[in-house]
This record gives sequence, structure tokens and C-alpha cells, in this order.
Amino acid sequence: MIDKRALKESATFPANVLAEIHRAADQGIYDIRGFGAKREVPCFDDLLFLGASMSRYPLEGYREKCATNVTLGTRFASKPIELDIPITIAGMSFGSLGANAKESLGLAATMMGTSTTTGDGGMTSEERESSKTLVYQVLPSRYGLNPDDLRRADALEVVVGQGAKPGGGGMLLGQKITERVAGMRDLPEGIDQRSACRHPDWTGPDDLKIKIQELREITDYEKPIYVKIGATRVTYDVTLAVKSGADVVVVDGMQGGTAATQDVFIEHVGIPTLPAVRLAVDALKELDMHREVQLIISGGIRNGADAAKALAMGADAVSIGSAAMVALGCNRNAWVEDYEKIGTLPGYCHHCHTGACPVGVATQTPELEARLRPQQGALWLRNYLSTMVLEMQTLARACGKSHVLNLEPEDLVAMTIEAAAMARLPLAGTNWIPGSN
Amino acid sequence: MSNFDLDTTAVRKLNQYLHQTPADKVVVDKPGGRHSIAVGLDASVDITINGHVGYYCGGMNKLATIRIHGNAGPGVAENMMSGTMDISGSASQYAGASAHGGTLIIRGDASSRCGISMKGVDIIVAGSVGHMSAFMAQTGNLVICGDAGDHLGDSLYEAVIYIRGSVGELGADCIEKEMTAEHVQKLAALLHTAGLDHVLTDFRRYGSARKLYHFDIDHADEY
Repeated sequence: MIDKRALKESATFPANVLAEIHRAADQGIYDIRGFGAKREVPCFDDLLFLGASMSRYPLEGYREKCATNVTLGTRFASKPIELDIPITIAGMSFGSLGANAKESLGLAATMMGTSTTTGDGGMTSEERESSKTLVYQVLPSRYGLNPDDLRRADALEVVVGQGAKPGGGGMLLGQKITERVAGMRDLPEGIDQRSACRHPDWTGPDDLKIKIQELREITDYEKPIYVKIGATRVTYDVTLAVKSGADVVVVDGMQGGTAATQDVFIEHVGIPTLPAVRLAVDALKELDMHREVQLIISGGIRNGADAAKALAMGADAVSIGSAAMVALGCNRNAWVEDYEKIGTLPGYCHHCHTGACPVGVATQTPELEARLRPQQGALWLRNYLSTMVLEMQTLARACGKSHVLNLEPEDLVAMTIEAAAMARLPLAGTNWIPGSN
Repeated sequence: MSNFDLDTTAVRKLNQYLHQTPADKVVVDKPGGRHSIAVGLDASVDITINGHVGYYCGGMNKLATIRIHGNAGPGVAENMMSGTMDISGSASQYAGASAHGGTLIIRGDASSRCGISMKGVDIIVAGSVGHMSAFMAQTGNLVICGDAGDHLGDSLYEAVIYIRGSVGELGADCIEKEMTAEHVQKLAALLHTAGLDHVLTDFRRYGSARKLYHFDIDHADEY
């Protein structure tokens, strides 16, 4: 009889590390998976709102107005984007997601008066028709990129990087490269596709400035142009994006999701969203461009509290990708046998790369895709977005703010020294901001 | 016919005019290396540019014929969809990058990354091309009448490369392939389009070995 109390697991080699070494020894290649970083990182949960008290008056919940609208792209574009809520849907490709999922995103975003975004695979007619406001990504791969879609988009987003894999290109494994996906990307069917990590026709900020000018010329200076970066050297990247002429900068922290990337990339490259917001806002302020160039923050935003804290730190809007997929049913406790078939369980699934998504979100297989009806998906996402907005308003009213964008750093404190240092906010109960003074 | 002198008229004015209802023929003088000249066209207009152009001339072109009497800066004909671009001189980096269709003729040399990520365009270079040409090229044809620098066709998909001169070190997964009768015929048509006359048997064909199409430990050194 073994006395289990006497068994001591190695802190250096815990069970999941042993399993990964065994897997690597079997397969001889890195693990590729979906979802975002799973490691614990300092995040918005480490911040608290102070709320109103003697020195500030709260607003009456449900009675006094707390507005949520935001305008993006006011710097150069003749047609900036007006959104009812400061939560947008992040870029996710048709290919990584099925057409039903893309349509659900568009329908829900339209119901809520916000925007959705194409991805590394071009624009589908379903998403254009279902989305009132659609942001069209210009990616290194240029899959499906064409001037007609450029013109029928409401804004353009030049993607330099992604939080899940700053410095890496996209991947889409063969099982998801169906005839339609292959056709849109000009690729052979069924191959393991590797997207480029650098744009084919520009390198560096001086080129990007000229590239942005070209996109403006093609679209007659109408569309806001976003530049999306993965959070790494945020101060420099935001500064260079602004210098290059961006109307909006999107900063995606390391918790941001992906459909297929090397696990080592997801977990070990980039910085968390929390310090990324602070660095981005500081860079914009340094340039006297805060609020002139709008800042969208993404990467692990899950609820109204996360969104409200990002706004209080100085962001103009947040963007959700993984959370929107979860609202559509990702990791929902259903079809458990199908999770088991791909070697996982509800709650742990990061198998977007397999194309065998049990809930029909990240798949191109018709039988699986049929599990997500666009109208049902749209309703779920609309409800989730509504909840986020109500949560944001609750927090903003508690802080005495009649607009969620009036939230400010002064409304926040940090609960851990790490979060205080990264967010440059005082540790709760002190006036200590580690790293300053 | 319409004339534009870019010393006295802004590129913005020219492009705005070209996006509305342009005349059948447009002549652009004194381009002076300016960027984004004649981008985003969507009409079968015939444009002659007398002089050198900067970045992205003819970017995303649809239907138009654009003749450049001079050299072209980086990214000429980038993401072209259809139509023709004909450059009398040489082209800088990334000529025809990610172009989906149409014909790009470069009568001088092309610099590095000519035809990078091309997605269906036909590119005919009368001279030589620099390194990493046809990098990740997906579909379409690249004809090189001169030589190619190192790493030609690196990570190539289904694009076809015809070359008359020497090739430096080949890129990952790019190999020489047989010139079948069908390929000779295609090459002849492409050369004819550009008005070039060469002995067809002087050309060799390169394409993808398709070894990188699926992740495989045995090809790890190529990744």
C-alpha cells in the first residue's frame, strides 16, 4: 500500500511539465494550440475602484444617465466610427471561425451598436451583411485582400502584431482549409498554412507611414485607419504608430487569443494587458495625442469590470475576442464526448487548431457548425455584451461618472505590488506606486 | 485625354480624379518619385507616367493599364487585381507584392522580394531579380529573363517560376521541375504579352517541392 501523503511532486517538474516532455519526446515538434496564455499574470482583477464617498457624489443607478458611446478615428478620417458602446469585437478570421460564428458576431455587434472585425482570411459576405460597422484587417498574409472590400469596410486595421504571438504569423492547420477557405486565401486545400509574420511590402515605421497614406488614397481619406500591435515594446510601438499616421491604436496584451500558435509562443512572448494599457496611455500623453488618437485595449477582457478598469486607465474602448467566443458557446458543458474525442474536457478546451470544435464555433465542419445557429449565437453575445455594459455603468455611476469614459486613474487602486508597479497605481491603503520616486 | 503635372497638382487630386470618371487616356508628368500615384483604380483607363515613381504606384489596380516611363519605387503594383503595369526601367523591392491578378512587366531589373506573396499575378522581368524573390508566392507566374539572387522561391506554394539565367541558392522547398509542353506554351504566351523574344528552351522551371505543406518533424530544419 502506497502512502500518498509521502508522495512529493516536484515543483520544477509538476505533472503538466512531465506530460509536455513526454509529448515532445513522442512527436518531436512544438505543441500548437488555440486560446490565449493560460499562465497567471497580473491583471485587472488586481485593481479595485474606490467608489464615491464624502468627497465625490455617486450617480443614482437606473435613474441618472451614464453614457457609453465613443467615436473612433477622429484624427484624419472624414468618416469616423460612432459606436454606442466602448466594447468592440476583435479580428477573428473566417477559417479559424466558421461562417455561423462570424455571422453571430456581426448580428450581435449590430444589435449593440458596435463594430466587428474581419481576420486573416478576408471578408465574407455573411459578415459584411450582418455587421453594420465592420473593420477590415490588412494583414501580413494579405489573404483575400482586395480594394472592393477595402471600400465597403467602415474602417481599416493594419495588423502589425497580435498579443498571443507578437512577432509571429498566423497558422491554420490543414483540417480547416476547406475548399471555401482555400479559395479565399488562394491556397491549396488541406495544407498546414503558415501566414507571414511581416508585411510583404513595408518594413518599419517610415514605410508604414507611406503604406497608410496609400490606403488613405485608395479609400479617399474616408476610413479611420487603426494600427494593431501585440504588447511588447509598447512605448515605442504606440509612438511609432502615431507618427505613422494611425487614427486609432489597438494594443493587444499577451492574454489575447489565437486560433493556432505554438504553446511556447503564447506563454512566453509579450507582456500582459495591464502594463500595456499604462504604457500605451503614457506614450499617447507624451505625444499630446491622448484622446486625439483613440486607444483600444484587448487581451483577456472578460467582463464589465475589466472594461471599466481599462477605460479608467485611459483606454477609449476595449475589444473582445476569446470572451465573445465563450459567449457563443466555447467550452460550454455540452457534447462532452466530442471534447473527449479531441483529448480534452469542457472548461479546458483550447483545440481551435483541430477544427473539431465541439460547440461549432471554431470549425469548418458542417455537422459541427450546425450546432451554432447564428440567431442563437447572436442572442447569447448580445446578452453578454449588455451585461458588460450594465456592469460598466454600475461601476462608473458608483464613481460618480455620467459617462464611462470619465472614469480616471484616480478612481483606481491596486491590490498587489506587482499590479501597482505595472499599472502605476497606488497600492491600496497607501500612496505608494512602486517604481515612482 | 487628361494631363496632370505633379509638380503643380497634388497626388490626392490625381487619385481623386482617377476614382471618379476618368478620361480614356491620362498622362502624368513630373511624378518626381512621389508615392501612391494612380492607386486604387477601378476603370479600364490608360495611364502614362513620364518619369520615376515612389512607393506603391498602381497599388491595388483593377482594370487600368499603367505605363511608367522610368523606374518604380518599392511595392509597385502591390496587391494588383487585374489590368497591366508596364515599367520601362527597374523596380525596387517587393514589386507585385501579394498581387492577385493582372500583368506586371518590368523591362529593367527588379530588386529583392519581387513577387513576394503573389496570389495570381503574372510578372515578367526582362532583367534580373534580387534575393528572396517569389517568397511565399501562392499562385501566378514569375518570368525572369536574367538571373535570380539567393533564396528564390523560398516557402513557395503553387506559383510557377520560369528563369533564363543563373539562380543563386534556392529557397526552402523550391526545386527545379520539368518544363512540359504545357509550361513551354504558357511561357511563350507570357513572353509574347511583354513583347519579349527569347529561345524558350533557355528557360528552366521552378516550383514547390510541397514538403512544407504539412508540419513534419523530418522537415524541421526547413522551418
